[in-house]
Amino acid sequence: MTTETTRRRVLVASAGAAGCLILPWGVGAPARATPADVAAKIRDVVGDAPLKRGRIKLDLPILVESANAVGVTLLVEDRLPPEARVLSFHLFAEQNPLPNVAHFHFGPRSGRPRVSTRIRLATSQTVIAVAKCADGSCWSDSVETLVALAACLD
Amino acid sequence: MTRALIAMPKTAKAGDIVEVKIILSHPMETGYRMDESGKPVPRHIVKDLVCRYLGDEVFRVELFPAISANPYFSFFLTAERTGSVVLAWTDDRGERGGETLNLKVE
Repeated sequence: MTTETTRRRVLVASAGAAGCLILPWGVGAPARATPADVAAKIRDVVGDAPLKRGRIKLDLPILVESANAVGVTLLVEDRLPPEARVLSFHLFAEQNPLPNVAHFHFGPRSGRPRVSTRIRLATSQTVIAVAKCADGSCWSDSVETLVALAACLD
Repeated sequence: MTRALIAMPKTAKAGDIVEVKIILSHPMETGYRMDESGKPVPRHIVKDLVCRYLGDEVFRVELFPAISANPYFSFFLTAERTGSVVLAWTDDRGERGGETLNLKVE
């Protein structure tokens, strides 16, 4: 009997912990975005321009322990002529409730196309960064992250 | 009003690339969370943050709920001449905040 109770307690305790993982954005968490939603959002940003891989680098840990504040850096290392300078960076998370994470815009007095911030990730997923340049070219990079403890906000 | 911590060098040489770091004190409530009684907690996020130097926009960010609480940003501007660096932000309840710093360029 004692053994039974103990086992039940353990089960209840672990179910609670699992609940946190399953409902990362709180009880009744909304439907997540899909890769198709993200593709549409990216299309909104780049328009008809072909999206090439490269030039922009997305720096994000591939294994995240706690997803409430994940450090991320977006940068372009190449020295670009003024007519091809970076106008904006756009960051997307495929499986967050809202795939948009942030849009960053750079003026002509910007020092370098580089920005760091901290983001929330609802679960393990692909994070995508897009750069738009003044010559009309658009570039992307992506990182697949594994999230151990999702952004459990309660 | 949202408070901010801003780190930026006070002086620079013309042509130097200067890093600006800012942390806003803001909950960035996602709108996807429930309170203890099961009611949804309304969304409350900073919507945008702008940095201007010598009157020109240097950096602007549009934020979504996936930006962590107490938003942090680091970005760069090119020092040209002595002038003000103005940071301004707005949240989705219309609350505005701002700070002005002086960058001395030698």
